[in-house]
Amino acid sequence: MLNKKTLFAAALVIVAGSSVAHADERYRPISDEVVKKECGACHMAFQPQMLPKRSWIKIMDTLDDHFGEDASLDKETNDDIKNYLVENASDSGWWSGKFLRGVADDWTPLRITEIPYWVREHNKEVPNWAWSDPKVKSKANCVACHPRAAMGNYDDD
Amino acid sequence: MKKVICLTAIAAAFALATPAYASSILDEYRNQAQQENPSFNGFSAERGKAFFLTQHATGKAETPACTSCHTNDPTQSGLTRAGKSIAPLAVSVSPDRYTDQRKVEKWFRRNCNSVLGRACTTIEKGDFITFMQTQ
Ligand code: HEC
Repeated sequence: MLNKKTLFAAALVIVAGSSVAHADERYRPISDEVVKKECGACHMAFQPQMLPKRSWIKIMDTLDDHFGEDASLDKETNDDIKNYLVENASDSGWWSGKFLRGVADDWTPLRITEIPYWVREHNKEVPNWAWSDPKVKSKANCVACHPRAAMGNYDDD
Repeated sequence: MKKVICLTAIAAAFALATPAYASSILDEYRNQAQQENPSFNGFSAERGKAFFLTQHATGKAETPACTSCHTNDPTQSGLTRAGKSIAPLAVSVSPDRYTDQRKVEKWFRRNCNSVLGRACTTIEKGDFITFMQTQ
C-alpha cells in the first residue's frame, strides 16, 4: 500500500542516498582572480586539483596550440597562472586525491576528461546521448550539468 | 635632457587624458597603417565585414573562421568550442568592446593566429573594428 509514510520513507532514502553518493564532489574554488579571468575566458576555469603538476606545466607551456586554439598569454601572466596551478595540483599536497588514482607517473594527461576517476564517474551516470545535447557541446562544459561547478561543487547529476 | 623630460611629460599627460573608447584604439591603428603604407586611405566597414564572414581556413582546423565562435551575426552572442557564451562583438550591443587596448591586441593575436595561421595586419584590425562600430 502506498500511504504517506511509505512515500516519505522513499523520499528520505532518495535524498539521503543521493547526498551520500555525491557529497564529496567538492573542490576548493579558485581564489586567484587572474586565473579565474584568463582561464575562464573560453571555458570554466577548472580546479587545479584535477590534474598533476606535470600536466599543468605542459598545458601552460603549449598555450599557443591549446587543443587547437591559440590561447597564448604574455610571459608574466603565463608564469603567475602556472605557479598557481602547480601549487594546487592533484599531487601537490600531502593527500593523494582520487584524481591521481590510476594516473601512472610516466603519463602526462592533458585533459581532465581522460583521468580514470573522471571517466568512471561519468560512465556510471551519463548516457551517451546526453553528450550530444547541443547545450552540452563539449565535455569541457562542466556547468551544463553541474551549474555550481565554478564554485567547486559537482554534487548534482 | 630638458627636452626629453618635457616631451615625456607631454606624452604622459596625453596618455592619461586620452579617454579609453573604441575610436582612440582605431586612431592608433590608423596612424600605424599610415606609417606602414603612405598610400593608405582609410579603413572600410565593407572590407571588415568580408573579413569577418570569410572562411579563411588557413589556421587551425578547429577554427576556420571568426564566425566559428562569434556566429554570422555580430549582434548575437557567440559560443566557444567549450560551450561558453561570448558577448556580441557589435558595438551597439556591447559598448565596452574595443576600449581596452591590451585586451583587443591579445584577442587579435590569438584569434588571427587560430583562424588565419598568422597575425592580422593593421588594416585588417582597423577594418574589423570599423565594421563592428556600424553593427
Ligand atoms: C575559438 C573561438 C574564437 C574564434 C575562432 C574567434 N574568436 Fe574572437 N573572441 C573569442 C573569445 C572567447 C573572446 C573573449 C571573450 C569576450 O571578450 O567576450 C574573443 C574576443 C575577441 C575580441 C576582443 C574584443 C574586445 O575588445 O572586447 C576581438 C577583437 C576578436 N575576438 C576578434 C576576432 C577575430 C577578428 C576573429 C577571426 C579572425 C575571431 N575573433 C575569432 C573567441 C573566438
